[in-house]
Amino acid sequence: MTTLAPAEVEVEEPRGADEVEHDRPWVVIVWNDPINLMSYVTLVFQKLFGYDKAKATKLMLQVHNEGRAAVSSGTREKAEYDVARLHAHGLWATMRQD
Amino acid sequence: MFERRRIQASGDGSVRLRLPREERELLRTLPAQLRSLLDESPDDPSLERLFPPAYDDADSEAEYRGLMRDELLDGRRRALATLEETLDQDRLSPEQAQAWLTALNDLRLVLGTRLDVRDDELLERVDPADPRAPALGLYAYLSWLQEQLVEALEADLQL
Repeated sequence: MTTLAPAEVEVEEPRGADEVEHDRPWVVIVWNDPINLMSYVTLVFQKLFGYDKAKATKLMLQVHNEGRAAVSSGTREKAEYDVARLHAHGLWATMRQD
Repeated sequence: MFERRRIQASGDGSVRLRLPREERELLRTLPAQLRSLLDESPDDPSLERLFPPAYDDADSEAEYRGLMRDELLDGRRRALATLEETLDQDRLSPEQAQAWLTALNDLRLVLGTRLDVRDDELLERVDPADPRAPALGLYAYLSWLQEQLVEALEADLQL
């Protein structure tokens, strides 16, 4: 009994770690590029994510000035959906796990 | 240089087009060029910006490409077709205006990649002797149109 108990713990630990891994959100990043118009990028953020103009403009300026901005996050499926919609609009978007 | 707006919000979600004939004729030549590039040279470097990678990791990226590439390609083809079909109209529905936005942007992305546009300065000092001058002029024209379309759609967004 005393030897079994620690073994059970050991089995459970990796499973716990997997769940944490799975739960870590994916972040969608838009990168600066010299071709897309600033006004266009702002419009796309408003349209795709429902952000108001102030928030969309702030994100666009962050992309422009800092080279990139995190524009959305969530499950892998949601992030991939957002990236694909950004790609359909010609924005340079990537995703990675936080 | 350009006196009159070509694209304006109409106030009901649609967009008014006031394009001179020669500009419509110019625009008419473009979708077929991009389509033939997509058909015949899908790996052409000037198309890179239309299909950027989603993942750093090669396996995930290959999977993403497998899933999404055709869908992205179809969307782009539909937008180009709509641009062609609606070129003679004086008004665009919201869906048609959206297709124009996509098509104009795709044309700019491909042309801008070919011209190696890196900053806004490129257009500030165009040397008439530069062999790229006509393409730079076209790029500037498409950017000007796109800016007006964005403004019109933004005005409709506030409705």
